[in-house]
Amino acid sequence: MIAFAELLERLTLTPGRLAKVALLRRFFETEPDPDRGIGLAALTGELAFDAAKPGLIRALAEARTDPVLFAWSYDYVGDLAETVALMWPERRTNAQPPLLAEVVEALAVTPKAELPHLVAGWLDASPAPVRLAILKLITGALRVGASVRLAKVALAELSGGTIAADDIEEVWHGLSPPYDPLFAWVEGRGERPDPADAPVFRPPMLAHPLEAPDLAALDYPAFAAEWKWDGIRVQLVSTPAGHRLYSRGADDISAAFPEIVEHMSFDAVLDGELLVVRDGVVAPFADLQQRLNRKLPTARMLTQFPVLVRLYDVLFENGVDLRPLAFIERRARLEAFVARVQPGRMDLSELVEAPDLPALSALRDGARAASIEGLMLKRRDSPYLPGRPKGMWWKWKRDPLTVDAVLMYAQRGHGKRSSYYSDYTFGLWRELANGDEELVPVGKAYSGFTDAELVMLDRWIRNNTTQRFGPVREVEHGTAKGIVLEIAFDAAQRSARHKSGVALRFPRVGRLRLDKKPEEADRLDTLMRSLP
Amino acid sequence: MRHPDTWLKVRPDGLWCEPGGFFIDPVNPVERAVITHAHADHARPGHGAVLASAETLAIMEVRMGAGRAGRTQQALPYGEVLTLGGVRVWLQPAGHVLGSAQVAMEWDGSRAVVSGDYKRVPDPTCLPFEPIPCDVFVTEATFGLPVFRHPPPADEVARLLASVSLFPERTHVVGCYALGKCQRLIRLIREAGWDGPLYLHGALLPVCRAYEALGIPLGDLRPATVAAKAELAGAIVLAPPSAIADRWARRLADPVVCLASGWMRVRQRAKAKGVELPLVISDHCDWDELCRTLVDVDAPEVWVTHGREEALIHAAEAQGRRGRPLRLVGYGDEEEGEDAPPAESPNVAADATA
Ligand SMILES: [Zn+2]
Ligand SMILES: [Zn+2]
Repeated sequence: MIAFAELLERLTLTPGRLAKVALLRRFFETEPDPDRGIGLAALTGELAFDAAKPGLIRALAEARTDPVLFAWSYDYVGDLAETVALMWPERRTNAQPPLLAEVVEALAVTPKAELPHLVAGWLDASPAPVRLAILKLITGALRVGASVRLAKVALAELSGGTIAADDIEEVWHGLSPPYDPLFAWVEGRGERPDPADAPVFRPPMLAHPLEAPDLAALDYPAFAAEWKWDGIRVQLVSTPAGHRLYSRGADDISAAFPEIVEHMSFDAVLDGELLVVRDGVVAPFADLQQRLNRKLPTARMLTQFPVLVRLYDVLFENGVDLRPLAFIERRARLEAFVARVQPGRMDLSELVEAPDLPALSALRDGARAASIEGLMLKRRDSPYLPGRPKGMWWKWKRDPLTVDAVLMYAQRGHGKRSSYYSDYTFGLWRELANGDEELVPVGKAYSGFTDAELVMLDRWIRNNTTQRFGPVREVEHGTAKGIVLEIAFDAAQRSARHKSGVALRFPRVGRLRLDKKPEEADRLDTLMRSLP
Repeated sequence: MRHPDTWLKVRPDGLWCEPGGFFIDPVNPVERAVITHAHADHARPGHGAVLASAETLAIMEVRMGAGRAGRTQQALPYGEVLTLGGVRVWLQPAGHVLGSAQVAMEWDGSRAVVSGDYKRVPDPTCLPFEPIPCDVFVTEATFGLPVFRHPPPADEVARLLASVSLFPERTHVVGCYALGKCQRLIRLIREAGWDGPLYLHGALLPVCRAYEALGIPLGDLRPATVAAKAELAGAIVLAPPSAIADRWARRLADPVVCLASGWMRVRQRAKAKGVELPLVISDHCDWDELCRTLVDVDAPEVWVTHGREEALIHAAEAQGRRGRPLRLVGYGDEEEGEDAPPAESPNVAADATA
């Protein structure tokens, strides 16, 4: 477990994406099975124990340490698990620190009453970093700032370039810890693990924002257009072995939307937009947000916020991979599929027809429904490719302008808002030379949220403050943890006075994007290129 | 016999030995000073007569400039007793940095020992701390909380070298204060088998040269100049803590920011300072060393000068000793970087802006 503890510490402190991948890669290269696989599961959130609670740790510490010194130490360190890990009185013992796999296995089978004794024995045998890793593991507080994606990138590197991270994505949900077949595959010792019928996630195809130069160069007849709906992108995977609803980030959200999964009695993989729809009218995103906030919906929410999936694409049908086909061929298959199967809680995204680009542009400007973000332009001959291939799909957002930004700092408001953190400084991502990205503050927003959202934001800010500068609080804004705000604004201008190089006119909070992780927020570059 | 509190007193200028007529590590210029070691918060310029180990005097002169380390200087070898105003005074190694000493004093049948800064783990650049049984032991408590336990320094250096091999294109820049930590780190790196060049920020070189002149060889040391940028990929660079995340570090290739300090034990401290690889290496006692030293010197009374005095006094009382906070002001803590000059020395400053 020593290597795992070291990995955790370095991932926590290492800012660079490339460096994180290197650290993960070394861990996977040097740790034996099954420890590296268990480590992978721990990092990707595949492990969960409910036996151990902070109370257990506190009780252990109280039994072994002076209460006065414990109180002072906790006050100084500020984190219970870290305090206990650091001040745990070391006893000379011949025992070796436990293996990660040993800890995980024992936690799964040990009765609650025997846990304190077991954990104390591990702590006695371990140096401080390992103690911390054990305590973080058993309390489920293993946040290290390494996304699941980075782990897959690192695993792909083990193959020496023959296997891509997206290839791993395609088998990932068919695997389970400690992932022996996966390691065998990437190390060239075994076949690609066959997900067979397992309902695995397929990396989605994404669009580039259509900017002025692209628009000028657009070969209009080669493209088909669809409305860009304002919900969340989902993937429906239904095979004889199971039915899953995935977010575009590969999170399994089946449990939150049982009424969709219930209607997935077909054998296909579909791409679509999850929307709240009442009487055929798409509701504002805030309604869908209500559902996204819940892991399991109440009966009342099911009727109050009914969802459907508007289908964009078909990736597999009856086990046949349709992704190499052209978009229009897949589209024909999708239309036939919908006509034949008539799946409940699903409908077909319509194609928007216009004789030429000006006419299409007029349609786009004329679509005032808030649930339409703009248009999608898809090359008629585009295969379904993972990631964001150039020139294939474009998203052509409608005015007013919006960006998805990350909340960085908050300040108390004035007057009746003086007890609330209601002034928000938000930032966009900028790429650094080391491949890492940093957030650059872009502007401040003081309005646009509902009272309920203000209460929620205020609470989140107080619970996630990382630093204080007088009245200003800096809040968590890593790639994985933080709040994404959709900022609406009237215009953007280049500005030398701003660190970001851009000034926004009347920025306000359009809505909260709790469905997005900070890393999914917009890039400053994209905004800059949209400027005249 | 008279209790030391009748003859060893806290004055605004520092700890004052009344019958001896001298201060120990005074914070303001005084007529007669005994200096435990050459760190800036203990050894200040402008005193009249200065008594210290020969190494401390030599390093003071390097750091302060000729003639500023006291009007007259007297070197006292470890263990040699001097009588000042009837007080028997001698120096004993403190294990903190080269030349560091405890000041032992006897008067009228009682003995007090002022330990200065000290540590108990072996250090290849200085003599080890020697406990002296006494009636009053005066100690610091920089790391006076049980969360502070320094791991074996060789293990920390092994982590550094493992990282260097993992990231061969990057420069590992290690923050360390100029006197003591820097040279100890160099020796630890040498002992771990790294005999190639080590690159140094200009502020670190003078004391390294002084150590070498005093018999501590440090191997191939080179200035980390802008011109050396290409060489710095894959290299280890040592710099004052204030420089590692500053403009100075722009000359380095995609640096891995490391900091060698006892504070690095607490992860939040490392995070707040933007340290990517914390190295828990300290020249101060950790909690266990502090507690063990109280037992070793077995003084019925312990005076705590600075740091986390309440916790150490609590521990002393649990051992059946009387504890007393002295609340001396003016003693910082080199680990936080105050000891390191903020800018490079003038002869390399031009290079810094180039
Ligand atoms: Zn010192
Ligand atoms: Zn000091």
